[in-house]
Order: sequence, then C-alpha cells, then structure tokens
Amino acid sequence: MTPLERVQQQFANGIIETHAFRGDETVLIRPACLRSVANFLKDSPELDFNFLMDLTAVDYLFFAGGRVQKEHRFELVVHFYSSTHNHRLRLKVPVDEKNPEVDTLSDIWSSANWYEREVWDMFGIKFKGHPNLKRILMYEEFQGHALRKDYPFDKRQPLIGPAN
Amino acid sequence: MSLTSPTGFLTSSVKDALGWARKFSIFQYPFVTACCGMEYMATNCSHYDQDRFGAGFPRFSPRQSDVLFVVGTISHKMAPVLKTVFDQMCEPKWVVAFGVCTCTGGFYDNYSTVQGIDTIIPVDIYIPGCPPRPENVLDGLIKLQDKIQKGEQSRTLYDPRTKIGRPEELQSGYTIEGHIKHIETLS
Repeated sequence: MTPLERVQQQFANGIIETHAFRGDETVLIRPACLRSVANFLKDSPELDFNFLMDLTAVDYLFFAGGRVQKEHRFELVVHFYSSTHNHRLRLKVPVDEKNPEVDTLSDIWSSANWYEREVWDMFGIKFKGHPNLKRILMYEEFQGHALRKDYPFDKRQPLIGPAN
Repeated sequence: MSLTSPTGFLTSSVKDALGWARKFSIFQYPFVTACCGMEYMATNCSHYDQDRFGAGFPRFSPRQSDVLFVVGTISHKMAPVLKTVFDQMCEPKWVVAFGVCTCTGGFYDNYSTVQGIDTIIPVDIYIPGCPPRPENVLDGLIKLQDKIQKGEQSRTLYDPRTKIGRPEELQSGYTIEGHIKHIETLS
C-alpha cells in the first residue's frame, strides 16, 4: 500500500483531491484536519515520515494569466520523506485570502519552524501555535509580503539609500 | 614619479612618494557576500597572484584596511552593515565594486537587492561581470593603483533620479539586446 492509499483509507472525509504520477503522490486536504493528518504521518509505523523536507506556499492570484480561478488564493505545500521506508508524500492545504491562517507543524517536525517563518515573511500566512512567528529573511521595517502576486515588482523599501 | 613639478619640488614629490607607497601596499577588506567571492579567491591565489601588485594581504578589520572590496550582491538588509564598515575605515580609503550586482544590482531587479552600492557609499572602481574574470579584476586593480597614485578618491554617491555619479556604460542596466550586442563584439 502506498502512503497516499494509506492516507486515503484513514481520512476519507478530510481529503479534497489526490494526484499520483509514477510514484509522485500528492494529497490536498482540508485545513481542519491538517494536524491529525500530520500526526498520523509522523506516528504510524507503516508511514513513519520522520523528515519534513520542505514547507512553502503558492499564491494562485492571476494564475495562468487569470484564466484559472481557484476557490482559495493560497496553497500551503509540504514535502515529507521517510528515511526508514524511503517513500515520499506531498501534502497541500488550501488557505483562504480573508483569513490566511493554518495550524503550525513546528511542534511535530522542528524543521517546520523556520519554513513557517519564511512563509509568513513572504506570503503573510499565519501559523496558529507557532512559538516565534516573526520575519526571517526580510527586516522588521519591511511592509507587506514580497512573494504575494499583488506586491508590485518594482516596489522598493530600502533601509538606507534612495528607493531606486 | 615626477621630480620636475612647476608647483614646487618638495610638496609634489612627497605626494607622489606617498601615492607610490600607498598603491603598492593595498590592505584590502574583502566584504564577500555571494558567488563572486570564488572569483575573488581565485584572483588572490597563486595562479593570478594579486600579491604581485602589493594587494595580497586581506585585513579582516575595517580599521586596518584602506581598500574596501565589495564582492557580491548587497541586499537591503545588508546595506546598513556595509555602510557601517565603510564608515569605520580610516582615511584615505577607496571602494571597489566587484561584480555586476554591486555595480548596478545586475539582474536582481527586485524587492531585496540594492541597485548598485554607489547609492549608499562612494565607489572608485567598478568591475562588472558575472562574475568578472581574474584578468578583469587585475585590470581594475591597476586602474585603482593609478587612482591612488594620483591621490584621487570618489566622494559622490549615485543619484538614480538625476543619473549622475555612475559611469555611462553602467547606466542602462541589463538588457537582452545589450547582452547580444556584447556577445557579438566578443566574437
């Protein structure tokens, strides 16, 4: 049984959609069951995802030139790897534009701590329960979130010097 | 050294001797932030050997150095640090912008990168390139030595509104057309 099938079996109601192509498995889940899915991935011995490889986000504003309208503006993307079973899984969570907030994973995988700070810094997605949610790449004086698609590409906010 | 200056034998000779002494004992401060650092190290190592020009001894304290080598992309977050390092250096001091990111921002035309360090500190020598070849660096170093010999120092900042204070070749920034033109001139 692949990790995707195991998750589908366990959380039939929590899954919005799945995708699999040559062992590259993706599951889109409801934000409400993020924590329970994460705990299941970490703790169940047949999955044993002991490594959170990457956590990032995607802004689908103006996606495909505005031709594709998504229900939710953002998607959180998390990549997991199991070093005991040598298998991987990609977890996606839709995040709303009005209230961009999801549960933290930093207490389950410590490596999520800085990734979540980066996602907060670049996309402005808050993480409920994060111990130290502040900017990690940009300076505190920076206004807005630079990787949001509605952030003007030529907007400059220098600490010193002219805004060229 | 000119020994027959019309303005007076002694003063001009002292100035020339000082320039001569300074240009062959450059104590550099390498402010290395990015990939250009590799090329800088290659220039400093035995094959190209910057020490031939008296510039082989990096000082890792700005107070003991007289040339600031800014090597690599400077982000807005790093800009106050660079300014502080420059302010800590004793006179006389010179600044070399190493690589196109420090000269103009290069292709990092985005929210995070300073569009040329000459907007925050005065720059004496620009060495563009991504990264510049060691030959370019040595060429820049010799040009810097000429400047030191003459006792010249840059004091002005670049103003992006008036476009004053930066060499004309660096004004337009990066364009695909300019890049193709540059490649054609090479072949």
